[in-house]
Amino acid sequence: MDITSLITSLPPSVSQGLIWGIMAIGVYITFKILDVADLSVDGTLSLGGAMAVVMILKGVPPAVALVWSFGAGLIAGLATGVLYTVLGIPVLLAGILTQISLYSINLNIMGMSNLAVSIDNYNLVVSLRNVTAAILVTAIILAVLIALMYWFFGTELGMTLRATGSNPNMSRAQGINTKTATVIALALSNGLVGLAGGLIAQYQGNADVNMGRGAIVIGLAAVIIGEVIGEAIFGKRMNFALRLVFAVIGAVIYYLVITFVLWLGFPSQDMKLFSAIVVAVFLAVPYLKQQRATSFSRAGQAAKKYSAEAAGDKEGSENA
Amino acid sequence: MLELRHVSKTFNKGTINEKVALDDVSLKLEDGDFTTVIGGNGAGKSTMLNAIAGVWPIDEGQILIDGVDVTGLPEHKRAKYIGRVFQDPMNGTAATMQIDENMALADRRGKKRTLKWGISKAEREEYAAMLKPLNLGLEKRMTSKVGLLSGGQRQSITLLMAAMNHPELLLLDEHTAALDPKTAAKVLALSDQIISQDKLTALMVTHNMMDAIKHGNRLIMMNEGHIILNIEGEEKKNLTVEDLLRKFEEVSGEQFANDQTLLSKR
Repeated sequence: MDITSLITSLPPSVSQGLIWGIMAIGVYITFKILDVADLSVDGTLSLGGAMAVVMILKGVPPAVALVWSFGAGLIAGLATGVLYTVLGIPVLLAGILTQISLYSINLNIMGMSNLAVSIDNYNLVVSLRNVTAAILVTAIILAVLIALMYWFFGTELGMTLRATGSNPNMSRAQGINTKTATVIALALSNGLVGLAGGLIAQYQGNADVNMGRGAIVIGLAAVIIGEVIGEAIFGKRMNFALRLVFAVIGAVIYYLVITFVLWLGFPSQDMKLFSAIVVAVFLAVPYLKQQRATSFSRAGQAAKKYSAEAAGDKEGSENA
Repeated sequence: MLELRHVSKTFNKGTINEKVALDDVSLKLEDGDFTTVIGGNGAGKSTMLNAIAGVWPIDEGQILIDGVDVTGLPEHKRAKYIGRVFQDPMNGTAATMQIDENMALADRRGKKRTLKWGISKAEREEYAAMLKPLNLGLEKRMTSKVGLLSGGQRQSITLLMAAMNHPELLLLDEHTAALDPKTAAKVLALSDQIISQDKLTALMVTHNMMDAIKHGNRLIMMNEGHIILNIEGEEKKNLTVEDLLRKFEEVSGEQFANDQTLLSKR
């Protein structure tokens, strides 16, 4: 347990967390705004990575390759949206179908399961070889993205997405095409996840067909951890931009915690289990809290005093 | 203004749960008509409103609003012509959005939604001015989430939203049924005021006979998917609950057996 090894591994966790923060913003759009859990993102993250590496190897500038990652993600989200809204497939299943199809599609894009791109040969946007630069570049990208999201969800069109997630009946009554809004939200979310995948691939110097496995869990963890912390500091009245910032902070904290747990000596193969438990706990706590306030066992306990009272009354009347 | 021509709708066709909800319903509302709709459970009152609003396509017939055939238009496209208030106060507003945002959404009903900012400063002031006469203090809470408001407050906002930009038709679907009597009376008075002020054409479903008689210039009664009574003009003005019950028995040949309606005779 060498404390210096922990300290030296902190900056890379921050940079990784920030990149995953982009993914968390994508998950925020579906999970918090649209109020659905979109499982396509596991496939979309790998798709973004595959797209970025293949385009870079084709000679496209690494920054432009990210546009391809975003675009590919957008199309994947569109597919999920069509499966869900036009073909009537439940959203969880629609996401899984897209995710599974993307596994084959990603293998076809890359021609193999893992494709490397070296910082030595290409001028990558981010790389783990230069963590400080990676943190800086990602922070700038995040600032731009959050500003864009804040703007978009404040526009007339963006407001239809929020309304659809909040109350689809009311939205239709107010003339909003809720199907279109749903598809736009899914496409935008997956576009951002694809972009995150492209950055992750550049950061680690390769794209892998399995790099997105469990990504939804990390995204959800980031969103939920960020929300809990944000509301602990600012209360419920956080504006939209701040909520997105906290989703990113959630991702960073997630990676810091993972690094810390690994440093404590937890086997790395258990990390996905650990992530799933973290998400389960954070999702369960609010529910259990509410259950505790009003539960059958409580009502049952409280009811006992009435049988005691009745027994007392009976005794009293017998004595009299 | 509104015309239904031989509208029919059957739910769960060909199954054991088949239910003829609307059976050859025809109705014509003139401009400015405020029509109350009364009838027992399952009479087809809400179904008729949903058919007009386009919640689902009808099986047979034609629906015209202001001369425009809307039969083939989905719900969100018909919204251009229609303002709606639902029975459940939670249903008419977006709980996680602010009061001013909800009103801005309604203000853009039937208009193209672009990448322009969703609500302007001038609009915000306009909305505050609209809320002020309600005397609920909502004009000072424009940025509060609607989910924090009471059912009566939400229903009042929904009513304002539904009446925005003078819709061709206002549909009120038992919109006071879920409120306590005092709040219900307030919301009903507000409905009356908005309808007469803006000269709206309105259809109001209610299960309260007294309300159906007291409000509007026209009353229709439904039973088993048909319109069985249509009372207007002087006859409507002098109508009593007893008249209504007698007429129902005459037309349908049965007792008006609906506890909810009978209990709310007052």
